[in-house]
Amino acid sequence: MFQILVGSKIPFMKYRRHAYILSALIILAGAASLIVKGGFRLGVDFAGGILVEYRFDRVIQADDLRAALSGGGWAGAEIQASEGGRTFLIRIPVPDERQAGEQSPSAQMLRLVKEKVPGIEGELLREEFVGPRVGRELRGKAFWAVLISLLLILTYVTIRYEFKYGLGGIIALAHDVLVVMAFLSFMNKEITIPVIAALLTVAGYSINDKIVVFDRVRERKKGSGRQADAAMIDMSLNQTLSRTIITGVCVILTLETLLLMGGAVIHDFAFAILVGVLVGTYSSIFIGSGISLDLILAAEDRRLEREERAAKLKA
Amino acid sequence: MNKSYQWKLLLLVLLVALSIYALLPTFQLYGRPEAERNDPRDPVQRELRGKALKLGLDLRGGMHLALELDKSKLPSDASVRDAVDRAMEILRNRIDQFGVAEPLIQRQGEDRILVQLPGLLDKHRAVQLIGQTAQLEFKLVKQASESRQVIDRINRALAGRSADLPDSLLADSLMVANPVTDLLFDYPDMSRFGGVRVLENDYLKLRALLESVNVDSLIPRDASIGFSAQPEIFDQGQTGRVLYVLSRRAEMTGEAVSNAIMRFGLDPRAPNTPGVSMTLTNKGANLFRKITGANIGRQLAIVLDDKVASAPVIRDRIPTGQAQITGTFTDAEAKDLAIILRAGALPAPVKVVEERTVGPSLGHDSVAGGMRAGIVGALVVIAFMLFYYRGSGLVAIICMALNVFFLFAGLAALRGTLTMPGIAGIVLTVGMAMDASILIFERIREELRAGKTVRLAIDNGFDRAWRTILDANLTTLISAIVLFRFGTGPIKGFAITLGIGLIANIYTAVFVARMIFGALLARRNVRSLSI
Repeated sequence: MFQILVGSKIPFMKYRRHAYILSALIILAGAASLIVKGGFRLGVDFAGGILVEYRFDRVIQADDLRAALSGGGWAGAEIQASEGGRTFLIRIPVPDERQAGEQSPSAQMLRLVKEKVPGIEGELLREEFVGPRVGRELRGKAFWAVLISLLLILTYVTIRYEFKYGLGGIIALAHDVLVVMAFLSFMNKEITIPVIAALLTVAGYSINDKIVVFDRVRERKKGSGRQADAAMIDMSLNQTLSRTIITGVCVILTLETLLLMGGAVIHDFAFAILVGVLVGTYSSIFIGSGISLDLILAAEDRRLEREERAAKLKA
Repeated sequence: MNKSYQWKLLLLVLLVALSIYALLPTFQLYGRPEAERNDPRDPVQRELRGKALKLGLDLRGGMHLALELDKSKLPSDASVRDAVDRAMEILRNRIDQFGVAEPLIQRQGEDRILVQLPGLLDKHRAVQLIGQTAQLEFKLVKQASESRQVIDRINRALAGRSADLPDSLLADSLMVANPVTDLLFDYPDMSRFGGVRVLENDYLKLRALLESVNVDSLIPRDASIGFSAQPEIFDQGQTGRVLYVLSRRAEMTGEAVSNAIMRFGLDPRAPNTPGVSMTLTNKGANLFRKITGANIGRQLAIVLDDKVASAPVIRDRIPTGQAQITGTFTDAEAKDLAIILRAGALPAPVKVVEERTVGPSLGHDSVAGGMRAGIVGALVVIAFMLFYYRGSGLVAIICMALNVFFLFAGLAALRGTLTMPGIAGIVLTVGMAMDASILIFERIREELRAGKTVRLAIDNGFDRAWRTILDANLTTLISAIVLFRFGTGPIKGFAITLGIGLIANIYTAVFVARMIFGALLARRNVRSLSI
């Protein structure tokens, strides 16, 4: 049989402090990049705004398009060209809610472009219009969805394991979400509804990863009848390492295909999950187990202290 | 073959049979040519469409609109709930006559209405049709001298305030003296009967200018201002609109209209252009006879949502209970106007608070991309599993295929919709199914390495991995349920596919896989396992 990583003995827990520092640095860098950039780039879903995508039957210059639009009162438009200058993504910040029955923005835009470039035909690929209030509502919903998910997962893991593992797992989860957000900020990606869905998916995948490790630790504990320590956790990590790597590789392969072939709509979604899977795998090994171990050790120390004090009192 | 094994096999066969039954309409429907498939009137297709797996708007193309009723325009004693119900009824009426297959009209929250039109091509027409309040009013046009007085008053009032007006509204400094009349095309001679002409470019400026102040407070209490609804072509070939000064009180409203149809030749000067012919109720006909009899020689403006659709001169008393709207309509516009007049007015104007449209070709690209990614991803995973786990890898692949099959069946049975994020959910489910198999196989390998027999290794492997798999799937299921509660459209689709996939996964990866291994072990005394 073909195997990898059988019988590895890597002392992961020795390096957990280094991992903490690395993670803290990444999260801080993410926070700094957010401060410099003045927050996330919110997509139309959350910021409110208009997004129009057209495919024209000929190449036009982005500058010409911009001139045509600003002539019609759409001056603040962000314009992105793709497919060699035939397809354009046009974004306009916060609109007012419009009286229904008025011409939609896309129809007005096409008229303006046709005035500028006679004879051009454009096919509407998509149009999204989100009023400012709906954007606010969606922001609130996304925030609660993430928070409630994390809390419910914490509750579940606490019921099934010990609270210490639950806490370790949930800190690692929050860490994964923060690191993915830091990367989104570095790469200037927009926060859209699919990206939030990706974050929750990452949370699901990542807790799955941690549970595999915690399950092993629990089994070891039962077998040995003593409290978990660094050696025991290292052993569990090494025993599950081949599964962690193989699964990670499989999921990354499927995500790669989504990323390369799934088209523009799914691209950011797949990207966020890909980063999340990598981060989640790393945090299962170092952060989740590490924090749980530190919590266990701290509890042990407190127990020893209490026993010492009790011994002194007796003496 | 022991007893429990037979029961398990029976359960599996039953589930597969149910799944095939759930997916049957889908196969029947998508096996037909497209034109036949989307026929909104064929009852057989209708039934199939109701039961088959639906594609979401993001994959099929279509339009999603969230409308909000403007509560400030409702009478203070009216219940918002009733008003929304009535508005939904009227919208349903309009959309049904427009002819869209499977429109979805739903209440959302207290004062919102969600409208989904799948596969719609002419978006502009749909927005016109759905969004118009369709408040129809018949108002008398003021005589020329009175109209001039009103316009002068607005002009003077605005000139006095020009210091407070934003510069963007005043084209140049000359306009400060006559902000309104300088924009008018043939003022003050008003060669056109009853109204003043404005060139199209100036019309936008003038409207912005009038909207910046409260015009109604500047003019006599019995007057109001209205522009023609569509651009007209003037004698010298320029396009523009007409500004009418109307009496504020409506002589008659849309409630007097019982029916409306598109007709040609209503306007003798342009016999080939379409118009709308309205039949009035008995009460309306009496009222109309009175109004026309008392105002011969004057213009009666037909005002739709505060825009003047037409303003014909009353030549004679009209006893027939027929009224007409003529103008520069296309056939489609006249047809739609007839539809909304028939369906009646919304109780209050609606605002578009959210709109998402996906063109058919983007939907097509998404389906193709998703399918490609799904197939390639599956092939990569299959190749890897066969290479790494040999014969057992084949078991994992069978379970995975069964999982995806159950997923589609579950989606069809729940009347779910497949969306782009839904496809991503399927990909993720495949990932989780793989993970379950890997967990089990790695455990079995460990046991074999520890020198256990094949039978014991398989038993232990499944027993140990089972709890882990259950925990892992349940926690992800928590995320899926939360997403389902909070998500809208596409995200709901993602949550549903993921949720069904996870539940199917717990069954296929553990129970079905174990059955297959059990069947392999039952046949002979197995000494080695291809894993």
